Amino acid sequence: MVNIAHLIPVFPFLAFVINIFFWQKLKEKTAWVSIAASALSCFFSLIVLQSYSAGAGSYKLGQWLSILDVPIDLGVTIDGLSVMMLLVVTIVATLIKIYSVGYMHGDPRYSRYFAYISLFTASMLGLVLADNFLVMYIFWEGVGLCSYLLIAFWFEKPAASQAGLKAFVTTRVGDTGFLLGILLLFFTTKTLNFADLSSFTITGSEGVLTAAALLIFLGAVGKSAQFPLHVWLPDAMEGPTAVSALIHAATMVAAGVYLVARCFALFAAVPLSLEVVAVIGAISAVMAASIATVNNDIKRVLAYSTVSQLGLMMLGLGVGSLAAGTFHLMTHAFFKALLFLCAGSVIHAVHTQDIWKMGGLFSKMKTTAMTFVIGTLALAGVPPLAGFWSKDEILSHAYHHNIILFAAAAVTSLLTAFYMSRLIFVVLFGKPRSDLHAHESPKTMTVPLVILSVFAIFVGFLGSPLAGYAFQKFILGEALETAMQPDYFMMGVSTAISLLGIGLAYLIYLGGFKLPQGIIRAFKPIHQLLLNKYYIDEIYDAVFVKPTIKICGFFFGFDWKIVDGVVNGVAFSVQWIAGKLKLLQTGFVQNYILVQVLGIILLIIAVLKKLWLQF
Amino acid sequence: MASILSLIIFLPLVGALFILFVPQEHVRLARKIALLATGAVLALSIYLVTQFDISQGAQIQFVEKSIWIAPFNIWYFVGVDGLSIALVFLTALLGFIAALASGGIQQRQKEYYVLYLLLMTGMTGTFLALDFFLFYIFWEVVLIPMYFLIGIWGGPRREYAAIKFFLYTLLGSVLMLVAILVMYFTSQPHSFNMLEIAQVSGQFDLRLQILLFLAFYLAFAIKVPVFPFHTWLPDAHVEAPTPISVILAGVLLKMGTYGLVRIAWPMFPQAVNYFAFSLAVLGAIGIVYGACVAMAQTDFKKMIAYSSVSHMGFVILGLASRNIAGVNGAILEMFNHGIITGGMFLLVGVLYDRAHTRELNRFGGLSGTMPVYAFFLTFCSLASLGLPGLSGFVGEFLSLAGGFGAYQWVTVVAALGLIITAVYFLYMIQRVLLGPANISGAKYPDMNITEVWSLVPLAVIIVVVGFYPNSVLQFQAAFVNTMVPMLFK
Repeated sequence: MVNIAHLIPVFPFLAFVINIFFWQKLKEKTAWVSIAASALSCFFSLIVLQSYSAGAGSYKLGQWLSILDVPIDLGVTIDGLSVMMLLVVTIVATLIKIYSVGYMHGDPRYSRYFAYISLFTASMLGLVLADNFLVMYIFWEGVGLCSYLLIAFWFEKPAASQAGLKAFVTTRVGDTGFLLGILLLFFTTKTLNFADLSSFTITGSEGVLTAAALLIFLGAVGKSAQFPLHVWLPDAMEGPTAVSALIHAATMVAAGVYLVARCFALFAAVPLSLEVVAVIGAISAVMAASIATVNNDIKRVLAYSTVSQLGLMMLGLGVGSLAAGTFHLMTHAFFKALLFLCAGSVIHAVHTQDIWKMGGLFSKMKTTAMTFVIGTLALAGVPPLAGFWSKDEILSHAYHHNIILFAAAAVTSLLTAFYMSRLIFVVLFGKPRSDLHAHESPKTMTVPLVILSVFAIFVGFLGSPLAGYAFQKFILGEALETAMQPDYFMMGVSTAISLLGIGLAYLIYLGGFKLPQGIIRAFKPIHQLLLNKYYIDEIYDAVFVKPTIKICGFFFGFDWKIVDGVVNGVAFSVQWIAGKLKLLQTGFVQNYILVQVLGIILLIIAVLKKLWLQF
Repeated sequence: MASILSLIIFLPLVGALFILFVPQEHVRLARKIALLATGAVLALSIYLVTQFDISQGAQIQFVEKSIWIAPFNIWYFVGVDGLSIALVFLTALLGFIAALASGGIQQRQKEYYVLYLLLMTGMTGTFLALDFFLFYIFWEVVLIPMYFLIGIWGGPRREYAAIKFFLYTLLGSVLMLVAILVMYFTSQPHSFNMLEIAQVSGQFDLRLQILLFLAFYLAFAIKVPVFPFHTWLPDAHVEAPTPISVILAGVLLKMGTYGLVRIAWPMFPQAVNYFAFSLAVLGAIGIVYGACVAMAQTDFKKMIAYSSVSHMGFVILGLASRNIAGVNGAILEMFNHGIITGGMFLLVGVLYDRAHTRELNRFGGLSGTMPVYAFFLTFCSLASLGLPGLSGFVGEFLSLAGGFGAYQWVTVVAALGLIITAVYFLYMIQRVLLGPANISGAKYPDMNITEVWSLVPLAVIIVVVGFYPNSVLQFQAAFVNTMVPMLFK
């Protein structure tokens, strides 16, 4: 029954087609078309899960294209990794679509929203199932397109359309690298199939393979909003919050991590590339987490948190643990989707995103608040919630790999616990800071919250020693050689870090703890730096955007004045010469006769001279 | 249907003759005749496509050959193979759609349609002629109606643009004529037959080959246009009326690239090898430079014109790679660019008809008031910027793949063009469709039924080729698989 897997993306795609063409008839029902489609995909994914456990693998559907006699097939990858992703995507997508029924209620482009989000689901599932780089790239760009369309969904807002452009172009930079990486890999190995990765790595030259791996990783950096291409994700928060939850937290941005996991054999074969993955992950994790500690926009805090957590996943992969990275990917998908939906519920109630205008919301919207706290605890890594187990895996692997990377992961954990606690303390607790008439959101929104919070609590157990590391065995399959041992020391450390972060936030934001002025002044430059997001946007603007516009303008001037100038110059000089030459055409017969006579005389002289010489 | 190719070529000419006899008071009849003729050509070429033997795509099919001017061994020789079949279909399709889109032409309709149909005959003839003499005649026949179509029905600077187009192209054609004559007199026995000459031209003196190659290359490069011979294009496009821009970008530019694949490449493979690197560099420059200049434009049409320069760079890069992937990509890109950019110019026309301006900064928020237009414009832009799943991607990808196989670093530079292309198309969308509604933009009606249905076939093709590239690639497969290994080992 595994070979029904290719139908999984088809259902949401059909929902997209139906919604695009029949939206006028369906009206509000478009939502249920989308929901039904992803529920069906979810059901099929469960069937695939069941039959996969019984043992069956990838299969081919047919040839799509051929490059230099090498066929590029349309195939389906079924392994632990893809089955896990299928389930995550379909479950989260279904829940978020149900939530959107309430969240998007009354929007003038309600049906278009559900059409786009269905197209996104289809592309994301296609991306997960792709069995070679090129087909994956196609869906990869497909999800990018949906992301663009949904970020700029409220296109009347200039900020939204600007954010859409920024997202598309920034990821395109990464994708161009990805494409070149694919080509480099192809010409080195003459294959693009993921399944062939482990066999060819032995033959390729290490330098070229490293270059290919790094170029492919550039695509992942763009998609997963890692440093230095992370700048688009915070701006992407201009889109509807449900979109932020699905695309910019749970699924699409995780595609970069999925890509590295999918061709892990390639990265593992060239150790340098894995180091780069780890370092980029570490930088992104610490940098984004530090920015999140000072940001005042409820969604942007979560966006930076996403960058940071994706960085942790990359770090997990980079230190060589496929299982740790993907485990965190899965748990994160659930609790970060939950957190975004909670934020959406809050925004829905108070119509602002500024956390300093909120406060004391706990009593007014209990379900949202309870689930928000659960999500926060899960992300902060408090045992025994989901984030604890997966983060602990990463910390543990990092610790055994490199102490600096471990320190980065630990600092990130501390900051994460801190900024998340700050967020809920400011938003949910304390006194209301402005006159807001908050109310609990409708059932279509709260029910998904409750379901997701159940996942946020329990999904981590799958990869815990309590379940005998079932998740890791599922992902790694046969490759799990060394028996996994619970690392109690690291569990203690990670719990302590989480509690420390929460405690600090409590002291500062609820406990009325006053910092001495001296410390505040000393940290002022750092605070400014963080508030300005390390000035990276400004740097890019000065280094890339403005010079590019200058260069384009220069080329235009060059084209107009030089290239075309030469063309016109030739034309005008021909005209000018002709103008001079035409003066010869005087129209006076005397002139012509004069020239004739002169010519004849010259001829006679020439002939005479010739005759003279012959004598 | 023994002489189907002649029918496809000359039906428009017959239509043009009929229009000449239409009395001035029934001028609407001229348009009907033109639609009938181009519609018949489209139907015939669809039939031709269905009858075309794909497995024999390397062979000339539906050959019609008879002696025309015996003393000079000049033949009426036409035929279609895997290279030209898609272009014939493209010409017929765009020819019909652009005729449909000519409803806005109000003055001197009779002359317009006569010239338009004559143009059709010239273009199809160029793609089908296999005798150099015939080829040259068709090539020149295209030039004259185009000159008048821009010069009479064009915008404010139409005369400058028309003369520039005419003289620039003529310069190229004269060089081509000299080269054709040199080849005629060098070959023994003297021949204008393209297939025969292709057999013997390899034995010409290498220096002569290089000179001949350069003459042909220049003639075709001006038409393509390859940087730095491209400056006639933006002027011609900006001045030309909408349907003529569609034809110009969609079909006329392909005559240049077609000439490269039909004549310059197979006849002078050694010269191609000699210049390949420079050709690839010119292709890459075209891609990046065209994209950069396109980004600096504020005139919608000029932007699309420069985007054509950029896209044709992919064709050149693919051809310069001299491998199967690159040549396949180049030929496919010719077809794709015709479809996509044809659609783009139709869309520019739709907007211009309503706003009477093409100034990008004067639009905004049209997504709200013209949702159908917004859909098509976004769709065509995405296809043009090479979004996978739409046709533009496949051609560009294969060209890049081919280029990468031949010249890695040149291709890396060319790939930068992909980023800039995304920027200028999305920036255009942002300015035209997104943002708050512009005051003047609020009143425009959305696309009417004719406008929608002229774009639907193009959109369908874009999706079909994007999802199933073999739908077009299968026609050229045999041609490319035979030609490339034979010429470039």
